[in-house]
Amino acid sequence: MNNAPRARKTFMLNMGPQHPAMHGIVRLILELEGELIKDVDVEIGYLHRAFEKHAESETWNNVVPWTDRLNYVSPLINNVGYAMAVEKLAGIEIPERGQYIRTIACELSRVTDHLTCVGASAMELGAFTVFLYLIKAREYLYQIIDNLTGARITTNYARVGGVKADLPQGFEEKCRDVFKKVREAVRDSDKLLTKNRIFMDRVDKTGVISQSDALAYGITGPFLRSTGVPYDVRRAHPYLVYDRLDFEIPVGTTGDNFDRYLVRLAEIEQSLRIIEQCFKQIPPGKHSLEAAEMKNAYEFEDAGKFGDTALLKKYAAKVDQTLEGGGRLQHGDIDSPSRSAVLPPKEETYGNIEGLMNHFELIMWSWGIKIPAGETYIAVEGGNGELGFHIVSDGSDRPYRVRCRPPCLYIMAALPILLKDSYIADIIPTFGSVNMIGGELDR
Amino acid sequence: MSPLLTSVLWTLIKVAFALFAVGLNIAGLLGWVERKQSAVLQDRIGANRADILGFRILGLFHPIADAVKMLTKEDFVPTGVNRLFHTMAPCFSLGFAFLGLAAIPYGGVVHVAGKAWSLVPIESPVGLLFVLAMLGLGLHGVMMAGWASNSNYALLGGLRGAAQMISYEICMGAILAAPAFLYGTLDLETMVEKQGGFLWGMIPNWGCFTQPLAFILFLVAGTALSKRTPFDLPEGEAEIVGYHVEYSGMKFGMFLMTDFIETIVVSGLAVAIFLGGWQIPGMALDGLSGAVLMLASFITKLLAVLFVLMQIRWTLPRFRFDQLLSLGWKNILPLALANFLVTIWGIYLWR
Repeated sequence: MNNAPRARKTFMLNMGPQHPAMHGIVRLILELEGELIKDVDVEIGYLHRAFEKHAESETWNNVVPWTDRLNYVSPLINNVGYAMAVEKLAGIEIPERGQYIRTIACELSRVTDHLTCVGASAMELGAFTVFLYLIKAREYLYQIIDNLTGARITTNYARVGGVKADLPQGFEEKCRDVFKKVREAVRDSDKLLTKNRIFMDRVDKTGVISQSDALAYGITGPFLRSTGVPYDVRRAHPYLVYDRLDFEIPVGTTGDNFDRYLVRLAEIEQSLRIIEQCFKQIPPGKHSLEAAEMKNAYEFEDAGKFGDTALLKKYAAKVDQTLEGGGRLQHGDIDSPSRSAVLPPKEETYGNIEGLMNHFELIMWSWGIKIPAGETYIAVEGGNGELGFHIVSDGSDRPYRVRCRPPCLYIMAALPILLKDSYIADIIPTFGSVNMIGGELDR
Repeated sequence: MSPLLTSVLWTLIKVAFALFAVGLNIAGLLGWVERKQSAVLQDRIGANRADILGFRILGLFHPIADAVKMLTKEDFVPTGVNRLFHTMAPCFSLGFAFLGLAAIPYGGVVHVAGKAWSLVPIESPVGLLFVLAMLGLGLHGVMMAGWASNSNYALLGGLRGAAQMISYEICMGAILAAPAFLYGTLDLETMVEKQGGFLWGMIPNWGCFTQPLAFILFLVAGTALSKRTPFDLPEGEAEIVGYHVEYSGMKFGMFLMTDFIETIVVSGLAVAIFLGGWQIPGMALDGLSGAVLMLASFITKLLAVLFVLMQIRWTLPRFRFDQLLSLGWKNILPLALANFLVTIWGIYLWR
C-alpha cells in the first residue's frame, strides 16, 4: 500500500475581489494546474446593500430610486419592473401612452446594457478601441436617457401608476439621430470583431454550456438564448405593449461565448427596431393615471351644498389648505391621504400649494399610497434575463416584503461548470459574457 | 590623438547617441505617440493637460511628466520578495534592451576628413546574432521578476513570458536565416549595403521585396518578442496583471520602457534587414551630408515601422496562451523553414 501523500500538483489563485477582470466585485478561488483551471469556487456578496430589507422601510413609491441601483447599466428596466409589480397588486392599469413610454425606456436601457457588455468584454480581451466605439454609442444613449429622465444612470423614472413625465419635446428626432450613430458603432465593432481571427479564437467554443444545463440552472436571457432556447419574457409572457410590436428573438446554437456575443449584437438591432415602432404607434394622451379624476376641494363643498353625493363618491379631492380643517370634519373619507397613486407633476409640486401637499402626502411616512394586502410576482425581460419582482403587501403604505430575482445570480451559479477545464485566459470572455452586475447580483 | 583613442571615443559617442538620442528620446516619444495615435483612432482628444508655463504643445510634456511621476513615486517592495532579484530584474530587462539598441546600424561608412567613420555604434561581424542574443537575455528580467515577486500572478506572467519568448526566438532565428543566407553575412551593416541598387531597374533592392514572406513573419514574431498587444500575454492586464504586478515607481517604469525599447530594437532590425536600412534608392551617400541623410533616412523608416506596430497594437485583441504557442510553433516556424529552404534552393539554382 502506498500511503505517501500525493504530491500537490495544483496551486490556488485568488482572483478578486480586487481584480481588473472581476468588474463589479466578486471573488473566484481557482485551483490551477499550470494555466489550466481544475476547480472554481465563486464567492459573491461583496456588494450586498440589503436592497430587499431596505425596501420594507420605504413607502411604495420611494423604493423606485433604489431599484436604479440593481442593474445600474439598465436602470429603467428595473424601475418599470418594480412599478409594474406594485400596479399588478393594486390592480391598476396605466394609460396606453404611459405603456409605450415605458417600453421605449426599457428598450433604450437594454441597448445600453448590451453595448456595455460587448464593449467591456472586448476591452478585456485587449481590443480597447472597440470598447471606446461602443461606449461612445452608449454615451449618446445616456444623453437621450438624461433628456428623458433627468439623469444618466440613477433614472428613477417609473412611478406606481405611470412615469415621471411625458416624452420631452423633439425626443423622437433626437432618438433617430442617435440610433444612426449607435448602428454605425455596432457595425464598426462588428467589422472589427466578428470576422477577426484572434477574437474568434478567443470566444469560439469557449465557456460552452449545454441547453439542459442552462435550463437546469434557471438561466434566462441572452445566455439561455445562445443555447438555442427562444425564451424571452417579452414574447413568452407579453407585458406592456410588446404583443403589438414586431421583433425577432435571436437565438444561438452552441451556447458559447461567440454565440452570446452575436445574440447581444442582434438584440441591439431588435431593440432599436422596437423603439422605432413605438414611435409610430404611440397614442397621444396622458402618460400616467391621475389628475383628471380629481377635483378641487371647493368643488366638493359646492357639491355637498347641493346634495350631489354621487360626485362626492366618484372623485378624489385635491387638497386645499384653507379647507383642510373644516373639510376633514365634514367628509373625512374624501380627505383620506391615499387619494391617488401617482405623484403630481413637478410643476404642480413646485408651483402651487395643492400640488406640494399632494406630493408630501404621498411621500410622507404612513401617508403614502396604500396597496391592498396580497402578494404577486411579475417578470420583465432585463438586460441579462428574467428580472422578477415578488412583492407582498399587508395593506399598509410600505411593502411587507420585496424580493428581486436577479437574472445574473443564476448564471453566476453555473460559472464553475463554464470555467472548469479551460484556461485562465478563458475566464475573461466567459465572465464578460455573463455580464455580472454587482448591484443586481448582490442586491 | 592616437588612432586607438579616437576609435574608442567615437564608439562611445555613437553608443551614447544610440542610447540617449534614439533610445530614450524615441521611447519617451512613443509614450506620447501611443496616447495620441490611439486617441485619433478612438475619436478621443488624448493627453493634453501637462504644461510648462501654460504651453501645452499637444501634450508633448506628458512623457516628461510621466518620468517625473515615476521617479518620485514610492518604491514599494512588498514583504516576502527576494530583494536582490526583485531589484535586478528591471535592470536586466532594460539593460539588455539598451545593448541591443546599440548594435543597430543607424548609418553606413562615410569618409570625412580623410578617414572612414562607421556610424554603427557597436561594429561587429555578427551584429544580427548580437541583437538577437540581447533580446533573448532580456527575458531573464521577466523571469526574475516573476519568480522573485512572491506572487502567483507574477509567477504566471513570468512563465508565460518565458514560454513565449523562447518559442518566438526560435521562430525569429528561422525567419532571419533566409535573409542572412541571401545577403551572405551576419553583419547588419553589410546587409544594409547589399540592399543598395535596384531590382530589374525599378524596385529598390530591399529585403521586403526579395524576402516578402520573411518580412511579414518577422513583424509578427518581432511584435511577440517585444511583448506588445496582441502578444502582451506576460502582462495580460485583464487576466493576470502581469509579471510586474509587485513593482512600483521607477522599477515599474523601467519595465514599461523596456517594452518601448524592445519595440524600437525590433523595428530597427526590420528596417536594417528588410527596408534597406539607411539606403535612399538611387543616391550614393557619403561625407558629412551623407551621414545626416543616412540618419534621417533610417529614423524615418524606423518611425514608419513603429507607427504600423502601434496601429496593430490598438486594433487587435489579445491571443490566448495556447493559441499563441500554436501560432508560433505550428504556423510561423514551418513557414519560416519553408521560406528558408526555398531561398537556399533559389540561390543555389540562380548562381
